[in-house]
Amino acid sequence: MAIIEVDGLTKRYGEHTTVNGVTFSVDRGEIFGIMGPNGAGKTTTVECIAGLRRRDAGTVRVGGVDPERDGAALRKLLGAQLQESELPDRIRVGEAMRLYSSFYGNPVDWRELLRALGLAEKTKTQFRRLSGGQKQRLSVALALVGDPRVVVLDELTTGLDPQARRGVWELVERIRDRGVTVLLVTHFMEEAERLCDRLTVIDRGRVVATDTPAALIESAGAMQTIRFRPSAPLDPGALEALPEVTAIERAGEQFVVIGSGNVIAPVTALLSSLGVEARELRVEGTTLEDAYVRLTGQSAGRTGDGS
Amino acid sequence: MNALARLTGTETKLFLREPIGVIFALVLPPALLIILGLIPAFREVKPELDGLRVIDVYTPIVIALGIATLALTNLPQQLATYRERGILRRMRTTPVTPATLLGAQLLMSMMVSLVTMAVLLAIARFAFAVPLPDAPFAFFLAFVLSAAAMFSVGLLVAALAPGASSASAMGLVLFFAMLFFAGLWISRNAMHDVLRTISDFTPLGAGVQSLHDAAAGNWPSLLHILVVLGWTIVAGGLAARLFRWE
Repeated sequence: MAIIEVDGLTKRYGEHTTVNGVTFSVDRGEIFGIMGPNGAGKTTTVECIAGLRRRDAGTVRVGGVDPERDGAALRKLLGAQLQESELPDRIRVGEAMRLYSSFYGNPVDWRELLRALGLAEKTKTQFRRLSGGQKQRLSVALALVGDPRVVVLDELTTGLDPQARRGVWELVERIRDRGVTVLLVTHFMEEAERLCDRLTVIDRGRVVATDTPAALIESAGAMQTIRFRPSAPLDPGALEALPEVTAIERAGEQFVVIGSGNVIAPVTALLSSLGVEARELRVEGTTLEDAYVRLTGQSAGRTGDGS
Repeated sequence: MNALARLTGTETKLFLREPIGVIFALVLPPALLIILGLIPAFREVKPELDGLRVIDVYTPIVIALGIATLALTNLPQQLATYRERGILRRMRTTPVTPATLLGAQLLMSMMVSLVTMAVLLAIARFAFAVPLPDAPFAFFLAFVLSAAAMFSVGLLVAALAPGASSASAMGLVLFFAMLFFAGLWISRNAMHDVLRTISDFTPLGAGVQSLHDAAAGNWPSLLHILVVLGWTIVAGGLAARLFRWE
């Protein structure tokens, strides 16, 4: 059942149409990703959903509420962590949590929330003394303190080091496990692939694809490369006979099997039926990045910190 | 605790943690009063001041300076910085309303300026034998109304200024203009008639005269009450209308 419905969303700034007929729907309890190049209209789209921008055309509903018409109802059921939003330098973590709790009718226990986010030790620390990762986690905590049904996370991990980024990913999964629907804007492929149940790719203001990460990868004409060293002599002909296999290369003892779609399943089935163990097994698939590049027709930064 | 009380409390704590703001709003006006009071000639009765001393005349003016400092240097810059840094954008995603946000800033400024006023009255009374206001209730009323008018002007500056630095600049220009008409450099009774009439219609000119009247045991004139109320309604109303989160 859809909790966010976006239909034909259009937003113009002067002559320029930033968001052009964007349509998608997010199911309850999903982590739904919005991906796209810089300037594709991702942030404008979520700002329309979060009630911060007025749309020029189309409809938006969050839990049945039109963000433009009933902002007060929206802000009770949607929490948002947006880009370019900060807190006063000298506010302490605990004070910020207490303050934001006071904005809501039924806030959750903010101490428990800080514990869950690994910030319990920082209650008395001023905002300016927090690291980038801690600021982001506090921002997420503030978005969750009102016990929302939907949370919008825009470029959550931009500017974080890889370790902090992984910590935040686990956090997003835990949020979903609490029953909160997550709308995640990202340009990190790894993040989208790891976290999102489904995602939509937006390019130049239009939706170019909406699906699960796996289906998007498959639609890009997925090829898989399997490398392994067999534990016993192996006849390449048996592998070549598999319909999914398109090519086989041998490099010394190592086998390199290239195939379409989900070639790993028949290959491993064959090997186990022959009693051969695949040692040093590595599988390289088409990545979401490959799919993304095809969909948007440009190369995307895998680790860039684009803004 | 409700949002307004919590926000007011938090903003007050944040204000007190910022040394510059505290020095300007809480330390500088008493320091100025003490410096003026230490000049021997200012403690002598002057026939041209209707038997008052310079320090008696300056006490309400320094109180007005305290209000102006908060209203025109602290308030606009604070709000404009909050807007510039996305602190307001962050709050905009919550159920908190602009009225609560502005209300908290007004309450905080009012509390701080009341403290400054109390400190100034105490210093004036005990260090320089300036009598406490003869009409304390009228004095309090005049103070609150003048402060409300000035804070409304400060909020309007915050609403009009595109960024924090322009808010500071606009605030500073108004700060000196307002204090001029309040009589910081030429006291109101030394002003030319035209100048004094202009002063009557500025929030701080009307405010200082109301404080002065109440200190002497009289009710402020209706004109001056209407002037400060008018500024509060017009500037405050415009500030609320023009309020921008981003």
